[in-house]
Parts: sequence; structure tokens; C-alpha cells
Amino acid sequence: MSKEHILYLKKIKRNKLFILSIQLLIIILFIIIWQILADKKIIDPFIFSSPKKVVETIITLHNTNNLYKHIWVTLYEVLISFGIGTVIGIVIASLMWYSPNFAKIIDPYLTILNSLPKIALGPIIIIWCGAGIESIILMALFISVIVTIINVYQGFKEVDPLKIKLLQTFKATKTQIFLNLILPNNYSNIISILKVSISMSFIGIIMGEFLVSKEGIGYLILYGSQVFNLDLVISGIIILALMSSIMYYLVLLLEKKIINKN
Amino acid sequence: MKILEVDKLKKIYHTPKEEILALNDISFYLNEKEIVSIIGPSGCGKSTILSCLTGLLDKSNGEIINKNNLKFGYMLQNDALFPWLNILDNCLLGLKIQNKLTVENKEYVINLLQKYGLKDFIYSYPQNLSGGMRQRVALIRTLATKPDILLFDEPFSALDYQSRLSVSDDVFNIIHNEGKSAIIVTHDIAEALSMSDRIIVLSKRPSTIKSIYEVKMTDMSTPINNRKCKEFSTYYDIIWKEIDKDE
Repeated sequence: MSKEHILYLKKIKRNKLFILSIQLLIIILFIIIWQILADKKIIDPFIFSSPKKVVETIITLHNTNNLYKHIWVTLYEVLISFGIGTVIGIVIASLMWYSPNFAKIIDPYLTILNSLPKIALGPIIIIWCGAGIESIILMALFISVIVTIINVYQGFKEVDPLKIKLLQTFKATKTQIFLNLILPNNYSNIISILKVSISMSFIGIIMGEFLVSKEGIGYLILYGSQVFNLDLVISGIIILALMSSIMYYLVLLLEKKIINKN
Repeated sequence: MKILEVDKLKKIYHTPKEEILALNDISFYLNEKEIVSIIGPSGCGKSTILSCLTGLLDKSNGEIINKNNLKFGYMLQNDALFPWLNILDNCLLGLKIQNKLTVENKEYVINLLQKYGLKDFIYSYPQNLSGGMRQRVALIRTLATKPDILLFDEPFSALDYQSRLSVSDDVFNIIHNEGKSAIIVTHDIAEALSMSDRIIVLSKRPSTIKSIYEVKMTDMSTPINNRKCKEFSTYYDIIWKEIDKDE
């Protein structure tokens, strides 16, 4: 290794360290300033809470064993709607690829459903499915599945026509083209769509929990705001932010693994 | 011996706005172990002839006589290798699709890879190979299904000039070694001249055959030697003028 190269590597490392330390500094400063402002009563700690109170609230939740129950309920709902949404999305996108006529027929309906603010369906869903977990999952499903269908289908359509022609010269059937080309060609594309749809599922689940729920992080936040316990509201939001980031990074990890394999 | 005859081939493309007569009255034949080039201005429908031969497109009229039911192997504009498959799996793709992935066929493919200098790359991925090597892999993928007649659709257009010359040599040798016949579609006069026994010149759309040249040169051992022959430039001039007149 030449001296210049070592210097170059050092420079990259230093830059990484610099960015990381600034990022840490921002969050630490934010917490400290928040705490000081609350202590000095410059902001009303009853409305704005404070880092100390948030930690206390989370510890109380932990001690009363409620914390994990709420996290688990929300996570469970997200995973189910994410799983079902992904499967339905890929299946429908595959059917659209198989039959261009099917794609043309459902195209206007997909457009309408995509542009419709799905939250408007909330009241109907509750009447249909009852005030339970089914309604929440259905709500999230509506929000995530349409985007999944549209994006997966887009990826299927963008496969190099020359590669399709190649398989046709071997007299491949449509199923063979799908399994040998369309699907493997879209693995990384599908993973990046999953990144979007996991966030969509979180949005849907929290909306659903706002509308109808007895447990879950969304319930915690809504309940907190109704009894004016802002410590609970902010704790809920912070837990939620952690949960959704962890899920996002898990999908990111999966993506890296699959891209390395290719 | 004629192994393939095309008689008054006609192809019309239909779009909602109009119909386009792409090919009209195309008649030619192919002898055993012969390389025939089809050359013409771009967009004249050269590739359409190949698609009609293999049945990828339905012909509108005319006759394709393939008495012995010989099998076609198709080489496309670029190598179209699948980046997620290694070289061996890429070469086995056609066999896999046709459910002919037997031990013997696999050995045949491995042999071909070894014979044509790809022994060390059997388990590499396409992105690690040069353009010329990828082209050889694509040819072996075509040969794997043991076709009798090879069809080349502008096979070297994606390569730089230097690799084009050497790949032409490779492909020419492989065709001869394996005892195949071939039809090459190209817009490159020099490429057609250097590789083929006969050249069919097409007019612009609607394409008809303008003329057919038998290529006879003093040294026809390889495309690169061909290019050095004194007859080469004479042929080149004649064909170039013929195509130029048209445009």
C-alpha cells in the first residue's frame, strides 16, 4: 500500500467519524436543551414533557409490564399486514404481467384506489369488520398493497425485452420466462419496494389503532392525548420511531445480503 | 446441398394507424455448412427475416421450406447474459428451458467452454468477463441446444472495433469447427464480406432482394485474413455503392 493510499483511507475514515460525531451531537444537544427549557419552565413541561419524564414513563410502562404488550401488539399487526400485503401485491402484479388484458382492465381501478386517501375507508372498515384487530390490519393492508402492486408490476414490465426474446428463441413458456427471468431479475427491486411498504404498514397500523383499539402503541398515544398525559404521548412516539427504524434496517440488511449474492 | 429455402416471404406489420410492408418477395436458400449474410440499410427488416424463420413472428405470406426439420439457434444483438447466473448456468439456460438438462448435455457444454478458452471462467459471473468473452459465452449458450443452423442478428454491434475483429474470428472458427450453417444479419459491409460465402443485399423498406453476391477470395481461412485480400475492397466498393444508391 502506498503512502498516498493510506492517507486517502485515513481521510475517508476521518470524514465518517466527523459525520457520526455531528449526528450524535445534534441528538445530545437536542435532549439537553429540551431538558433545560423544561426545567427552567421556559416551555411548559405539562405540554412539552421532558427527556427525564419520558424515561420515567417508559420505565413505569416497563415495570407494569404494559410496554412489551403494546409493542408486541403493534409489531404483530404490522408484520401480518406487511406479510399479507407483500404476498397479495406480488401475486396481483404477477397476474398483471401474465395477462396484459387483466392489467389493462384493472388499471383505472388501481389508479382510483391509489389516489383515494385510504383513511376515508376507516369508518366503513370498522362497520364491516368490527372494532377489533381485523379492522386495523385491513386498514394497513389497503394503504400498503396498492403501492406494492403498482411498483412490483412496473419492475416486471421493465425487464430487458432482448432477454425475453432470448428465452422465446428457446421456445420458453410464459411460466418459464416468469420463473427464470422476470422474478430473479426483480429480486432487488422487490426488496426496495418492501422498504416502502414496511413504512406504509406502520402508517396504516397506527391510523387503524387511532380509529379503533384497546392496545398497541397507537392506542397508547391516543389514550395519552385524551387524558392529557403528554409524557405518554411523546414516549409512544419515540418507541414507535425506534420500532419502525429497526424494521427498516432489517429490510436493509436483507437487501444487502441479496445484492451481495447477485 | 440446400438445407433451407425461403420462397417469396412477405411480412406486414400492423399498427392501429397503418400497416407497414416490411418484407416483400424475399427468396433465397442456404447450403449445408455455408455462411450467408443479409445486409441492407438500417430499419429495412433484416431481423424480421430471422424472426420469421424461427417462428418468433408469423409470416404474412410465402413459404419457408425446412425439409429435414433442422433446428435453429438464435444469437441476439447483445449477449443478453443473466447477471445472476454464472457462466455455466447461463450456457445451460436453453437446455433447462427445453427440459434437456442431462448429464451428457452438461458435459457437452463444459467441453465447449473448455475448448473455446473459458475453462477458468465456468463459475465466474458475466460482469467479470470482457465483451468478447461474453459473446463467446452467448454463442456456446446457443450451441448447447445443438442447433443445425445458427442465426446471428447484428451479433457484434455492441462491441468495440478491436473486439469485433477478434470475436468475428472466434465465431467463424466455432461455426466451422462445429460443422454448422449460419445466416448473419448485419449492416456492416466489411463484417459481412469477411465472414460469409454469400451476401444478400436488401433494399430499404419495403425490403426486396436487390442482388446476391458469391464471395470468392484468395484466402478465406479466417475473417481477418479475408480482410487482407485484394478482392476485399473491390467487393466492398460494389456493395457500398449498391446500398448507397438506395439511401
